[in-house]
Amino acid sequence: MSRRRLLILAAIATAAGAFSGLFGVGGGTVIVPLLIFWLGYEEREATGTSLASIFIIAALAAAGQGIEGNVDVLKGVLIGVPAIAGVVAGTALQQRVPQRSVSLLFAVLLVAVAVQLIVP
Amino acid sequence: MDYVLAAVLGFAGGAVGGLLGVGGGILFVPALTIFLGEGQLHAEATSLLAIVPVALAGAWRQSSYGNVRLRDGALVGALSPLGVLAGVLISNAVPERALELGFAALLLVVAFQLARRVLGASRRSQRRSRPPR
Repeated sequence: MSRRRLLILAAIATAAGAFSGLFGVGGGTVIVPLLIFWLGYEEREATGTSLASIFIIAALAAAGQGIEGNVDVLKGVLIGVPAIAGVVAGTALQQRVPQRSVSLLFAVLLVAVAVQLIVP
Repeated sequence: MDYVLAAVLGFAGGAVGGLLGVGGGILFVPALTIFLGEGQLHAEATSLLAIVPVALAGAWRQSSYGNVRLRDGALVGALSPLGVLAGVLISNAVPERALELGFAALLLVVAFQLARRVLGASRRSQRRSRPPR
């Protein structure tokens, strides 16, 4: 692996880690586009590889938040267990569906949630 | 009823995670704040815990489809702790309202990014062949 590629991966890792710790997300919103734009990934590879990274990042961040006493394990399970079924269904669907329509729908959903957060 | 809705939003978050390669926290956090009565900081922390098994299951499925470059993925994960540490410390130092606004801003940026990627995709596929490995 070239030094340049390693530096790019390190930059993606730091940005994704900071977003994860700050916003309680896995960092995939940073990783996926950067893998595509900086390393020439195709979309499915970027999303698959992103999930592998997120596993490590989220485990580290969750441990950090757990030390701070901010994690509610029971509610995490209530959300996480159905979400496991969801991710299996989502990855299966991704292999069959053109991502363009799904991405656009997702963009609309994000805007709706953002508005809900901004309005107190 | 709120528990059912939270579980449904959890499932949807996982599905979105699988489709778009994100952890699902983008839906887990609102599920926890709206239906399970968590504040923003605790919702984000708890969301991270839920993401761990989701990302593992998603990566496992994607690798069976041949879509995971394990070395790159592991490196991005392994090199992330400095960023994670900075993010966690900042999130514990900043008021929750600021976090809410920051999270909203993040969502809007991602939405714009997604729309632009979709709209740029057709032009991109016209002018370039498969990118080099």
